[in-house]
Amino acid sequence: MRKLRYRIFGILRRLLILLLVVWTVVSLVTLLIELVPGDPAVAVLGEQATPEQFAQFREKHGLDRPPFFFSFPRDSNNERHFVWHGADNRYTDYWSSLLSGDMGLSFRNDRPVSSLILERYPATIQLAIFAMAIAIMIAIPLGVIAGTNRGTIVDNVASLVALLGISLPSFVIGPMLVYIFAVKLLWLAPSGRFHWSDIILPAFTLGAALSAILTRMVRSSVIEELGEDYVRTARAKGLSERTVIYKHVLKNGLIPVVTILGLQLGVLLAGAIITEKIFGWPGLGLLLVEDGIGKRDYRVVQGCVLVISMTYILANLLTDMVYRWLDPRIRVG
Amino acid sequence: MNRLTIIGLVIVAVLVIVALFAPWIATYDVGATNLSMRYLGPSAEHWFGTDSTGRDIFSRVVFGARISLQVGIIVVMVSAFIGTILGAIAGYYGGWVDRFVSGYVFNVFLAFPGLLLAIAMVAFLGAGLNKLILALCIIGWVGYARLIRGQVLKVREYDFVQAARALGASDGRILLIHILPNAIQPLIVQVSLGMAGAVLSEAALSFLGLGVPPPAPSWGVMIEEARDLSTLQAAPHALIFPGAAIALTVLAFNFIGDGLREYLDPRQRAR
Repeated sequence: MRKLRYRIFGILRRLLILLLVVWTVVSLVTLLIELVPGDPAVAVLGEQATPEQFAQFREKHGLDRPPFFFSFPRDSNNERHFVWHGADNRYTDYWSSLLSGDMGLSFRNDRPVSSLILERYPATIQLAIFAMAIAIMIAIPLGVIAGTNRGTIVDNVASLVALLGISLPSFVIGPMLVYIFAVKLLWLAPSGRFHWSDIILPAFTLGAALSAILTRMVRSSVIEELGEDYVRTARAKGLSERTVIYKHVLKNGLIPVVTILGLQLGVLLAGAIITEKIFGWPGLGLLLVEDGIGKRDYRVVQGCVLVISMTYILANLLTDMVYRWLDPRIRVG
Repeated sequence: MNRLTIIGLVIVAVLVIVALFAPWIATYDVGATNLSMRYLGPSAEHWFGTDSTGRDIFSRVVFGARISLQVGIIVVMVSAFIGTILGAIAGYYGGWVDRFVSGYVFNVFLAFPGLLLAIAMVAFLGAGLNKLILALCIIGWVGYARLIRGQVLKVREYDFVQAARALGASDGRILLIHILPNAIQPLIVQVSLGMAGAVLSEAALSFLGLGVPPPAPSWGVMIEEARDLSTLQAAPHALIFPGAAIALTVLAFNFIGDGLREYLDPRQRAR
């Protein structure tokens, strides 16, 4: 009974932290627009717009309203004073429209940010999943080979490849792949998302770092498991080395790898911003960098940052749950 | 000390020398364009060749080391300093301070991918070296704070801390003289890995056009300029040299970090 109460308390506590985190993330994103030096309307429309155009723009996007519950505007003597605006402000505006799924209108083309994001979201998820698949396909065999041949040349080469994958950033690997496969060999297109093969280069670029991290983990996991008693037992009863490794060692060694995979999903989403820019892959990252930051469409930036962060939070939450389910020792704690 | 750590230390030493003496080492003016000399391959005059506007790539890579190390050192020092103070306070006093810092602040920062937060901040503040450093410090201090908090939680239970307290030492004295020196070892590892991370982040943000503005020879900017198809076709070396510079720098700091970790943790050394 006490144990159950303890568990319910634990779940409630985690839920509370989660809500607090979501609230803070949304608040930060909402208030980010206040960081823009000067007037966002001037930044978007340019200096030469007429006062009417400015006024119209501010009204349409709610920029004429007070930014927060209070502010410190300058008066005619250029001194700052505390002013209380009450609940009628941009911060509450953003929250109330967000709760109905509305992220405002793009500053550039008046389209709802939510539909811009919905158009691009699947491409990013597709890229992240392919990147993860490629990383797994490289890392598990490479890690097993390195771990079972520990200390040999094979191990050293595998470790070196993994090291390269960690230290070469995607914005170096990506253009290099473009040079080899699109410029020299002419096998693949340098950018875009038209043909099925267009995903190969971006997914490999995005997955390279992950596959390097995973290779190292699988390797050390395999080495650790190989020292366990059950391996000796399995060998003693005459199982082939292949069966020992793939049926026994790998099964146990993969538990920590699963966790890393979940946590890395979020990292992949952030990394996708750079990869999408390299390959003109029309996902959230490209929307953020080109349409948002490039054209100073701050509403689009807000929306993209919000959606990427929320996906990241969700992925971490799911990983945490899967991990607790896989390893009952943590469930109690 | 293992071989890789020594290789790392040598690379970093070379980098520091190159960054300090960049004006004497560079063979050309970093900004001097010369359209009749564009896309030249590596040669005796232009060791790393020239880029799409005829600038000398070797000189630009040399000055790029300055930007990278400058950003790395400032970001790591500021974040480690702030992180150590906040982590130590949270770990030492516990109570609601700790609950706020470790229960809330850490979780909020973990909820953003670090790079995304930096991108978002610079996107709104506007690009520039100072803003980039500010953004990287804001995302950077949390790692140090977590580390130091954990260390302080451990060290504050040791007997010599109890003894100091029994002798009537003040909290500040206990924390500064007794706990921190014994808690700070893993920070050195983190600092080395943090340098690698800061160098990478600077290059990434500059690559995205959010860091040092283009004429400056940041390695990230150079890669961004080298990756359009006509430059890639005519001068792949414009991509390879700054790319190799980034990779070597990151590798070197990772080697040092790994080596220090092994050195400080004898259990790993035995393996």
